[in-house]
Amino acid sequence: MSGAEQTLNDFSAVPQSLRGPAPAKVVAGFGFWLFLLSDIIMFAALFAAYAVLSGATADGPAGAELFDKPRVFLETLCLLASSVTCGFGTLAMFKADVRGTYFWMGITFLLGASFLTIEALEFASMVAKGAGPSHSAFLSAFFALVGTHGLHVTLGLIWLTIMMLQIRTLGLRPMVTRRLYCFGLFWHALDIVWIGVFTIVYLGAK
Amino acid sequence: MDRHVEEQDNAPGVDPHEQHGKRTYLIGLGYALALTVASFWASSTPLVYAPGVPVLLAALAIAQMGVHVAFFLHISSAPDQANNFLALAFGVFVTGLIVFGSIMIMTHLNHNMMPMDMLMKMQR
Repeated sequence: MSGAEQTLNDFSAVPQSLRGPAPAKVVAGFGFWLFLLSDIIMFAALFAAYAVLSGATADGPAGAELFDKPRVFLETLCLLASSVTCGFGTLAMFKADVRGTYFWMGITFLLGASFLTIEALEFASMVAKGAGPSHSAFLSAFFALVGTHGLHVTLGLIWLTIMMLQIRTLGLRPMVTRRLYCFGLFWHALDIVWIGVFTIVYLGAK
Repeated sequence: MDRHVEEQDNAPGVDPHEQHGKRTYLIGLGYALALTVASFWASSTPLVYAPGVPVLLAALAIAQMGVHVAFFLHISSAPDQANNFLALAFGVFVTGLIVFGSIMIMTHLNHNMMPMDMLMKMQR
């Protein structure tokens, strides 16, 4: 290798600002990461509202009378397991293993759907007891916070379904893998928000 | 060429040592499970001094969030992750401002509120 050729190949000599745009995967990943952080900041506002209003029960039921810890534990296990299967699915996808991707993402979908079912049953039983979102400021804040998280999980499941269809019709081309990889980031971020929910809302209930 | 790839910024969620693969997720799952069980145990045990329970729960939750960020999202303080890490640090900062700032201001306002019966008398 001649000296000139070596200089051309030695990218570390070139400052990062002069190396041209980063690969699409890095740009998409970083942009989506910024979106996730802003989404978490929106959740922070809902957490703040809940923390401020959690004592304002308006003589209605308080958290400790309404929440069922074993059920919340089951919900937590569903989300945690789905985060891991989602990671396995992403690994299979990067190895261009279509079957593995379908398998692990299918399990992720089922676990996410079980989480949503348990949550919907909880909401329905609370409303049936007369503890709906209109009863007190505490319950409004509760339904706003936990409901927004549930809405994110629902959107995640719709997104996952669309991605499975895109793998079927388009195959694992770079555009599709980038999208599915962003879905993985979204899913892990939702699990992190859920840690805050079960700690502050359910375990911290008085 | 390899050096070039390593010097570039890396995307979040990409394991830089892909040969570990599933093992990273399984280690993360182990830690996260242990911390979850500890949280649920701490919330209903008579063994921990009751006024200290919220602090213990907060510590366990922050530890579990750290486990998720490190093992599932693969964010680290490595040089190729500088952008991801700085963005995360800023997000954590703003989150802390919103949550603790709101709680501080609202408890302060509550403290300065006139008692309800006095307020009613004034309106008459």
